[in-house]
Amino acid sequence: MREVAIIGIGQTKVGEHWEKDLRHLGLEALQAAMRDAELERVDALYVGNMLSGELTGQEHLGALVADFAGLRGVEAVKVEAACGSGAAALRLGYVAVAGGLADVVLVVGVEKMTDATGPEATAALAMAADADHEVAHGLTFVAINALLMRRYMYEYGYKKEDFAPFTINAHANGMNNPYAMFHGKVTPEAYAKARMIADPINLLDSSPVADGAAAVVLAPADWARRSGKPVVRIAASAVATDAVALHDRRDPLVLEGAALSAWRAYQQAEIGPEEVDLFELHDAFSIMAALSLEAAGFARRGEGVRLALDGEIILQGRIPIATMGGLKARGHPVGATGVYQVVEVVQQLRGEAGANQVPNARVGMAQNIGGSGATVITHVLVREK
Amino acid sequence: MGIPSKNWRLRNQRYRLVGEICEKCRAPIFPPRDVCPECEAPAQTPYVFSGRGEVYSYSTVYHPPAGFEKYVPYTVALVRLEEGPMLTAQLTDVDPGEVHIGMPVEMVTRQMQTDGDEGVIAYGYKFRPRMR
Ligand SMILES: [Zn+2]
Repeated sequence: MREVAIIGIGQTKVGEHWEKDLRHLGLEALQAAMRDAELERVDALYVGNMLSGELTGQEHLGALVADFAGLRGVEAVKVEAACGSGAAALRLGYVAVAGGLADVVLVVGVEKMTDATGPEATAALAMAADADHEVAHGLTFVAINALLMRRYMYEYGYKKEDFAPFTINAHANGMNNPYAMFHGKVTPEAYAKARMIADPINLLDSSPVADGAAAVVLAPADWARRSGKPVVRIAASAVATDAVALHDRRDPLVLEGAALSAWRAYQQAEIGPEEVDLFELHDAFSIMAALSLEAAGFARRGEGVRLALDGEIILQGRIPIATMGGLKARGHPVGATGVYQVVEVVQQLRGEAGANQVPNARVGMAQNIGGSGATVITHVLVREK
Repeated sequence: MGIPSKNWRLRNQRYRLVGEICEKCRAPIFPPRDVCPECEAPAQTPYVFSGRGEVYSYSTVYHPPAGFEKYVPYTVALVRLEEGPMLTAQLTDVDPGEVHIGMPVEMVTRQMQTDGDEGVIAYGYKFRPRMR
């Protein structure tokens, strides 16, 4: 196997792009990544996307994006793994370069969600869950996370306001990210007063529906080393699965897929959680941030919220999370999110994170979750010397 | 979209809570999946659940997906059946404010969803409070 580096990154601002369609969003991110990589040639294109067919009536994104990017003829496919589609596309790109089947691979995650009505988007997102046994009973994606949060509060004795630090941290960091959807500070008072979506989850516990695209360019690490630029290497790329339906999990409060995915990533990178300088986790809802911290070994069971209350998740804390706003403040264009996370880790490792720079960041981890924990993709990136 | 045939296919589990039991390790299984999640042995022997259980967790939905607009607010729950497996269902015949974790519940058959304004009405299991 060859070592793989990320030699280019690009992203669009996350938000409501009423003037841009799916292909143009993808194109914008892709061209930015190619400019950053200073490359024109590509061997393959992987497009991460979840809902293009359901929300925009457009499938077949591999060929479509390739065509509009001026790459007609290139190998190209769409990759789908619910909200984990972006990182799943990166995983396949990594496999191609590491395995020597391709040298330069372009990975773009893209999602266009704001053309749909609220109920349409809500119904579409629920397709990540079990259609016959969860969604048929009126369960929404928010409700699934609400079931988890309620049980978590019950088992460990937390109050609703104990989850506020996840939201406050994400929005504080989003303020300095020009690509983030939201640039407003959230106070504990605002969190307490936020409108209820599915009790106990309120609007500020949730990530927003959004449009956006992010892209990375992969190449053999040896190429990157010869370029003379700082090298960001993919030290681990791991995928694990769990039951799709929450009720089919052994213990719903333990994200076994996330734990397995993180453990595989630590093995590959030959590190432990204590060596990770920042963690871009899948904070689609506050409860997911807490459970992800526990699954990846940064907190013991039931102590993910405690970690946030103790101030350890902020930029100066023991394990900074959502350093550019996370899913809540940067926004969650579902199939693009996994690529945004990795772009942000690269920004941190290159020292290009501006006011949000984690000092001396050398090892960064990104974890993208499909559904309520059924597909979990973890990447560890390392800056060489 | 395909709701009549789907309802027919799921009728035993939806109307009567018919799951399966693993012949090898005797684990009761719901929803039926034909392979035991505990020991991976084939499991296709039907097993009828009692319909009694308790609330593991719950949430009241105010922002429904398309197709459920006319039911809001409604309360969904994870119900731990007394035989062991957990399932997802709506709670009925109860005020959302009275639901609590550990509340004993029992299965009833109710209307789950209509397929559009003129569409087929799907029936299936919901759970209501049960006297101890
Ligand atoms: Zn068995």
